[in-house]
Amino acid sequence: MDNQDQTAVANAPSPALDDAPARLRFRDDAPFDSPIAPLADFLGGGNFAAVRVEPGEDVRSLTPHLDRLKLVEIAFPKFRDGRGYSSARILREAGFTGEIRAAGDVLVDQIGFMRRVGFDSFAPAKPLNLKVVQATLDRHPYVYMKAADGKTPVWALRHG
Amino acid sequence: MYRYDHFDQAIVDARVAEFKDQVGRRLRNEITEDEFKPLRLMNGLYLQLHAYMLRVAIPYGTLSGTQMRMLAHIARKYDRDYGHFTTRQNIQYNWIKLDQFSDLLDDLSKVEMHAFQTSGNCIRNISSDQFAGAAADEIADPRPYAELLRQWSTLHPEFSFLPRKFKIAVIASDTDRAAIQLHDIGLQLRRSDTGDLGFRVYVGGGMGRTPVVGKVLRDWIPVGQYLSYSEAILRVYNRYGRRDNIYKARIKILVNELGIAEFTRQVEAEWALLEPLGLDAPQAEYDRIIAQFADPAYDLSAPDTLDLSDPDFAVWVKQNVHPHKQPGYAIATISLKPRRGIPGDASSAQMDVIADLAERYAQDEIRVTHSQNLVLAHVKKADLYTVWQALAAADLATPNLDLVTDIIVCPGMDYCTLANARSIPISQKIAALFENDVAQQQDIGELKVKISGCINGCGHHHAGHIGILGVDKKGEEAYQLLLGGSGAEDTTLAKILGPGFDENGIVVAVEKLIARYRSIRSDPSERFLDTYRRVGADTFKEAVYG
Amino acid sequence: MTKILTGNRLETGDVLWWDGHDWSTRIADAVAIGDDGAPLLAEMIAAERINDPVLIDVTGTPGNWLPTTTRERVRASGPSVRADLARGSLSTEVI
Repeated sequence: MDNQDQTAVANAPSPALDDAPARLRFRDDAPFDSPIAPLADFLGGGNFAAVRVEPGEDVRSLTPHLDRLKLVEIAFPKFRDGRGYSSARILREAGFTGEIRAAGDVLVDQIGFMRRVGFDSFAPAKPLNLKVVQATLDRHPYVYMKAADGKTPVWALRHG
Repeated sequence: MYRYDHFDQAIVDARVAEFKDQVGRRLRNEITEDEFKPLRLMNGLYLQLHAYMLRVAIPYGTLSGTQMRMLAHIARKYDRDYGHFTTRQNIQYNWIKLDQFSDLLDDLSKVEMHAFQTSGNCIRNISSDQFAGAAADEIADPRPYAELLRQWSTLHPEFSFLPRKFKIAVIASDTDRAAIQLHDIGLQLRRSDTGDLGFRVYVGGGMGRTPVVGKVLRDWIPVGQYLSYSEAILRVYNRYGRRDNIYKARIKILVNELGIAEFTRQVEAEWALLEPLGLDAPQAEYDRIIAQFADPAYDLSAPDTLDLSDPDFAVWVKQNVHPHKQPGYAIATISLKPRRGIPGDASSAQMDVIADLAERYAQDEIRVTHSQNLVLAHVKKADLYTVWQALAAADLATPNLDLVTDIIVCPGMDYCTLANARSIPISQKIAALFENDVAQQQDIGELKVKISGCINGCGHHHAGHIGILGVDKKGEEAYQLLLGGSGAEDTTLAKILGPGFDENGIVVAVEKLIARYRSIRSDPSERFLDTYRRVGADTFKEAVYG
Repeated sequence: MTKILTGNRLETGDVLWWDGHDWSTRIADAVAIGDDGAPLLAEMIAAERINDPVLIDVTGTPGNWLPTTTRERVRASGPSVRADLARGSLSTEVI
């Protein structure tokens, strides 16, 4: 039965913590190679420089700790669950310049949106076709609205 | 109306190219149907009972003659020669093939049209008042603000995987012709005492399984900040809307569960962080778009009189023509509810007739209403008779606006995979009771009958004076009867009257309701809805169930 | 209850029924599906070429199937309100 867009996504199991270097990365600095702590452990006072945020967790709890974080991994157990997009953008708005990684059920057709909200690395559960990734990223010459990538929205191009 | 500049066109072209690529990959099995489905839905393509259904976006229900002609062309070339206008001011085609979709998208983009975000868990078509720019009671034309929202929401990277669909409506008058209190966000443009423009913001309205009337989130947001404010609302929804149950995933559930006070607190807190980030478009952009919705060059010498000596014309004028803010002009509604027709459907030939009339007599503009009719908003009174004759020749002049035969009905189980029952045959049976007697229809007066084939409520049955909901009763089609809904500024939700009926019983029940109304109304000018509100459900229950 | 297998063609959205070897646009061609129904269905789903393959109940005899639900009858005939759009697979009269 074609349920169109009607699939519940909460409580889907997250992919395993990914300590391997990300398969797709858009940063110049060295990939971070260190344990990634679940959010509760990080906030519990562990000495970690990498933390993982699940869809239902509040990424703003990291705001006081951004200067000691090198990597925030945002889990996507189900590609339809879009909470991680807000999490990434909130981190960038809070001034985080470290690596933000999308991990799990990440589809190639989402990479464009994810780059715009501040993700700069990807650990997809299924390998991505890099040609399609490149085509996706090259495809859109203009954007209508500001996001976390610094791209100038069309209204600014129109009026200088 | 808004015309694309090269930026708009480039954005559409890129998105079309992207979707063509996605279709190609699906046809080559490089992506699964489960991965492809949200992409296809975000481009308006559903799989329905018989074929793919395409929902083309008609932004805030406004289109030009050229665009209407292209919709006719698409009906002929890619479909079966007709289209269906919807309750959100879009158009649907029912017989689309995926392997022809590339060419279809190219044709649409030639006339600045597309099908983005007409489905899927994203921000949908921004709807507005079908009389915008012509109504005397509006503060200003609401459509520039709908256009700004359209641009802001198109391919928004943070809000493309929401818990569920998101619908926004914008009006600019106290009279609500767009049902804003039954939308996820409803915006009413207002003017302050100091002459500034701003919006009253409603949130969390909707129909479907859990109908709710929207609540005021903020009584005033300046127009210069409503985009960032909308961003705050969407972010709170994206983060906290439920994702565990599709029937509890709309923003109305979140607002109900948090309570409006807490929901407001969260939005205001988010907005405090977003507002300084420069997300709002500058005044120059507002001015640029507002200029494209300036009043047409009215003929100031146009006579303000109408020759009503033709009785059929007079009947049509009385029912389907509204006063225009400019003397000498009128607003004409084209009924798509003809005798023995299918509500909201138009053939390609009819679309061409309407395109011609719009170009010649209506400043090249057509509006789609959420009652599945069309509007020519700027017709000179001096031209009305000619327009009416042309409409009549094309079976487009049924004088039944807001009468009992002007039924809103979803496609139902004749077309839709989600439906539990057929809805169009019910509307036809009800209309058949009255469609040969215009005088009787006028005597009954304003009566909004709305029919949905399933709980998703695309026929807006909760907003019907008489609402009908198709259900599945042990494998058989059955129908619930509801009374007393309204989508106007006096928004109320229709309530179930009693046990349901089969397809003949529901028609008999409606007949009995109308007979009872006529016998107890205080005078013929009291509407069915007002009689119901005055006397309550009991007498109607007794009339129907004995 | 007799079962037949139906789905929609990916490329065109056309309604199809399994005739034992291939997919047909005519319900009259459908074969009764027996115990091999579940593996056949699983195979179709995995192949990702037919959308929403599903087994449905019918009455009647080969060449004269009548789906038990209104919905499937509508799929076989076309919209009940547009007999002129009927696919010739089943008459809208039976809905």
